[in-house]
Amino acid sequence: MSRPVRFNIHPITADIKNNISLTDMPPGHTGEGFFATRLNDVVGLARKNSIWPLPFATSCCGIEFMALMGSHYDFARFGAERLGFSPRQCDLLMVMGTIAKKMGPPLKQVYLQMAEPRWVMAVGACAASGGIFDSYAVLQGIDQIIPVDVYVPGCPPRPEGIIDGFMRIQDLVGNESLRRRNSEQYQSLMDSYGIQ
Amino acid sequence: MNEHHIKLPEGSIEKISTTLNLGPTHPATHGVFQNILELDGERVVSAEQTVGYIHRAFEKIAERRPLYQITPLTDRLNYCSSPINNTGWHLTCEKLLGVKIPKRVDYLRIIIMELARISDHLICNSVVGVDSGAYTGFLYVMQYRELIYEIYEEICGSRLTTNIGRIGGFERNFTNTAFEKLDRFLAEYPAVLKEFENLFNRNRIFMERTIGAGPISEERALNYGFTGPNLRAAGVDYDVRVHTPYSSYEDFNFDIPVGRTGDCYDRFLVRNQEMWQSISIIRQAYQKVQDFKGAEAEVYHADAPAYYLPQKKDVYTKMEALIWHFKIIMGETDIPPGEVYHSVEGANGELGFYLISDGGRTPYRLHFRRPCFIYYQAYSELTKGSMLSDAVIVMSSLNLIAGEMDA
Amino acid sequence: MSLTNATIKERLIGKFGDEVSHFEEPYGLLSFESPKENNLKVMQFLFDDPELRFQFLTDLCAVHFPGQPGRELAVVYHLHNLQDNVRIRFKVFSGIEKPDIFTATQLFSSANWMERETFDFYGVNFVGHPNLKRILNVDEMDYFPMRKEFPLEEQTRVDKDDAMFGR
Repeated sequence: MSRPVRFNIHPITADIKNNISLTDMPPGHTGEGFFATRLNDVVGLARKNSIWPLPFATSCCGIEFMALMGSHYDFARFGAERLGFSPRQCDLLMVMGTIAKKMGPPLKQVYLQMAEPRWVMAVGACAASGGIFDSYAVLQGIDQIIPVDVYVPGCPPRPEGIIDGFMRIQDLVGNESLRRRNSEQYQSLMDSYGIQ
Repeated sequence: MNEHHIKLPEGSIEKISTTLNLGPTHPATHGVFQNILELDGERVVSAEQTVGYIHRAFEKIAERRPLYQITPLTDRLNYCSSPINNTGWHLTCEKLLGVKIPKRVDYLRIIIMELARISDHLICNSVVGVDSGAYTGFLYVMQYRELIYEIYEEICGSRLTTNIGRIGGFERNFTNTAFEKLDRFLAEYPAVLKEFENLFNRNRIFMERTIGAGPISEERALNYGFTGPNLRAAGVDYDVRVHTPYSSYEDFNFDIPVGRTGDCYDRFLVRNQEMWQSISIIRQAYQKVQDFKGAEAEVYHADAPAYYLPQKKDVYTKMEALIWHFKIIMGETDIPPGEVYHSVEGANGELGFYLISDGGRTPYRLHFRRPCFIYYQAYSELTKGSMLSDAVIVMSSLNLIAGEMDA
Repeated sequence: MSLTNATIKERLIGKFGDEVSHFEEPYGLLSFESPKENNLKVMQFLFDDPELRFQFLTDLCAVHFPGQPGRELAVVYHLHNLQDNVRIRFKVFSGIEKPDIFTATQLFSSANWMERETFDFYGVNFVGHPNLKRILNVDEMDYFPMRKEFPLEEQTRVDKDDAMFGR
């Protein structure tokens, strides 16, 4: 998914005083270039097979996550062997369970402490949209406060469902361009959440 | 926190104590609650707990749902052992509505409730192991929790938040596969539990970690409202299944394991012993279920057409079934006004349901007496003066399930 | 001789006369009521009396009855006598303007958080409580959510259409 790089969209006509003549690159030769694309792929491959997740388990979905970590479903074979509990060291924030309004600020703090590139997976109906708890005390979906990459529906989702969500995250990670985090689309997404 | 009065131990050189914030984001397993500890070096001077990080307003939601729609809410109270919560709620409704339950249904309910108790105690005990550094026990027994989940799946379709049963019984009879899986569980699990006990019970390191950590005396435990394994570890043999038997528990023969000092080691041992007792109860119940022959062996719900939905094929063909179906779904059946308090022995203690009905289809007030919420108050007393690592072990051995604490 | 509801009722009337009233036995559980100033006296009596021995507080909650002026908030105590295995329910009523009720924390340590929860949900002010602040809801909340006049849903949510969700 390379974004075409645009040089000289307003070409300057040759000026005898500056002695520089600029011209467009012939079509078909613009883009990130062969080596950068290959680098993307390699970095993506390395990243997606060694994601360090942060299980932010609040309620019932957390127990399904524990079942996932067990030997029957074995999350470790996807490379997510090392679960971190420190956001500074983790790539993927897996929010599993209901987020109450009281829990919102800690969740946002944890998200802010993560370093780029970071991904967020909302596991379960409660994290995705508030779930069955349409009440005054529950945040109706974590995407009210942080941007989410993958939503896994279910109440609780089967461990296979969480694995499916994780594999989608792996697709996202593998296909991500190296420049995505600096692009203006991403910046505007962060701004809409009030995150610097 | 500013109102804290810090009393430093006599003669301590350090006059400044550190404030350590333990949570709300714990390393996975526990759930969301917060402990602010004042530490003097390694010793805990005082602890202040904050809960409510997963408050989902169950009681307010329950005022807007008809009785049968509250069962999924009760699932999410102590989500490690949902069938106990579900059955407790159904028993409360049946008490209010005056529905009489046949024996076979009672025995089947007992089977799933005891499986749920085993499932919850397995989580608690293996997590105590994980917190003291022994990850193996957790991985080993998770496999048998998967088998319990498979049994639930055969019966009600879902693994964790089961919504099992209906007011009046079950939604369908237990299939043969369910009984086969139960057979397999009863054949394989006792050996696993024995091995789990061998790993921990006389393990020198585990004993050093847990003996003496967070003891509580009988009087203090009773005053704090402890119930369940935590109270039994302190020496009081109060078990709701024995004192106020429900769902035919009086027909069964089982012991109540009791500890002495109420510390973490006692709680661990009491939970292990309760698992053995649960296995014995399941065997007895299974035997009794198999003793029903003929027509009795097909009974899986009470004869209460006013509250138990009729079979779909009858709804499409018979007039009475259609009328009952309509009345139940649209909420036209008569719920008698009144107030009832019913409690069951949850995995953590006495789980009580206080239901006030005003005759409408939704409760007027429903209050859950949640054992975790009540005994977590004692945490500061349990950890006063202990080391930081003991504070962590005490927290995990109390089996605090955040969903039940905050409701 | 075991402790029966009739005996308990007799002892209570013997000690408190007509301050205890509204004796009922719904589903076998003796339930009675007393004016709110006497709640500690009654509970202390039930605790100390050598025959009654209600020394375990099972539950403490409140109920809001908007239709009964002067008696809107009821605080309900469920007590349990563990030796004789008898339960009892005790209610005190209060008007909604000044819901001050004496705290039971001196008698039962378990009442501490239960009263905080009741305060959080209904606004019942427990006089003498060591730490009466909100426990389950956010600290900044300025209303008492379980009272009947307040709605269940969050009013500012935009993604759930009330018509489709059956409000």
